[in-house]
Amino acid sequence: MTDPAALLEAAQTGERRPLARLLTLIESGTPQVRPMLPRLFGARRGGHLVGITGPPGSGKSTLVNALIGEFRRRGRRVGILAVDPSSPFSRGAILGDRIRMMEHAADRDVFMRSMASRGELGGLAATTWIAAAALDAAGYDPILVETVGAGQSEVEIARLAETTVVVEVPEMGDEVQAIKAGLLEVADVIAVNKGDRPGAPRAARQLRAMMSGAGGRFGKPPPIIITTATTGDGVAALADAIDAHQSEARSPEQARQRARGQVARALADLALDRAAATQAWDATVDAVAERRLDPMTAAERLLE
Amino acid sequence: MTDEQRTTPIRVLIAKPGLDGHDRGAKVLARGLRDEGFEVIYTGLRQTPEMVADAAEQEDVDVVGLSILSGAHMALLPKIVELVRGRGMDDVLIAAGGIIPDADIVRLKEAGVAEVFGPGTSIGQIARYFRENARSRA
Repeated sequence: MTDPAALLEAAQTGERRPLARLLTLIESGTPQVRPMLPRLFGARRGGHLVGITGPPGSGKSTLVNALIGEFRRRGRRVGILAVDPSSPFSRGAILGDRIRMMEHAADRDVFMRSMASRGELGGLAATTWIAAAALDAAGYDPILVETVGAGQSEVEIARLAETTVVVEVPEMGDEVQAIKAGLLEVADVIAVNKGDRPGAPRAARQLRAMMSGAGGRFGKPPPIIITTATTGDGVAALADAIDAHQSEARSPEQARQRARGQVARALADLALDRAAATQAWDATVDAVAERRLDPMTAAERLLE
Repeated sequence: MTDEQRTTPIRVLIAKPGLDGHDRGAKVLARGLRDEGFEVIYTGLRQTPEMVADAAEQEDVDVVGLSILSGAHMALLPKIVELVRGRGMDDVLIAAGGIIPDADIVRLKEAGVAEVFGPGTSIGQIARYFRENARSRA
């Protein structure tokens, strides 16, 4: 069975293998899935889309594992998309987020999928969005999307979420780090993980001081929760903060802003894919690389 | 299969079933396969057959690679094959690697393990075998 519409129908009844197959098709970017998309997005069940991002080694996967446990205790079915980078050289990838989440591997109400970022040309944010819609159609709520907060595209993925959790650690650096533009700006909730380390309360205090008045992406400072993912301390409070943010994120104004951002991003990805598939692309890239053409003129020509 | 036909990388689940604390080999293989262009999902240590089968199902992998050095291969590997097939994954290639006696290799192959790689196998050999024998992706 490889017909996306049939796979979607089976996935909506809670079958796991069709959902897994559907995610493969979505990930591959095959045009085959296009006719199914209106149905997929029309099937919206309202699962809370939560992005989890932060620097490598901050404990995102372990924290996601703890959150899965917490949401399961609350009777929720949890979907997880974990995005790891592909090697730009071999196109291969090691997807290791499962290691920290295997205790939930055999739970029928948890569905976890690892995704490699694959090519460097756009599309990843749109793909992740569609994959999350598939988990939503299958009845998962919340849907946790974990990405490495290492680059712009990963931050973009986090921003697709209704609620973005940024995971920091006590040793994240001095106060100036917190006012630099970037990761913290997209945070709706901040988790200071590894909370059993001595500097944690101080780091949380500093963050709170720096973020107050600054405002998150919707003009309100994000709650800051100290967590210890390995022991579960603070995880219930984090889950509460995530839940509390949902109703805020679904106010008409915020929902509209987010939808605009998502569509703009998806359209930009599509435009990039289309442009990159044209004959003029390679020649233009070569021309810029050889300094025969400046980048701005090149961009204009490609858009003509 | 040529690159043109296969536009998406082959997905491989590398799992360590049972009580076996040695995963150096599995990690070296995971890294090597990444460099060969595979997408490798690594599960970590001490997996039950059910966990391996569930992970294979959710990840929709093309290949399940089982690393086992504990001697419990006859107890675990046929069970994993049964569970994977039982979840409808008929076309997923299942291979094993580790310290496995020749007599057992014959029985494992009868149980549905496609190939068994012993000590001294190069990553290139394994990569070639996976490329030649993995199902084509939809």
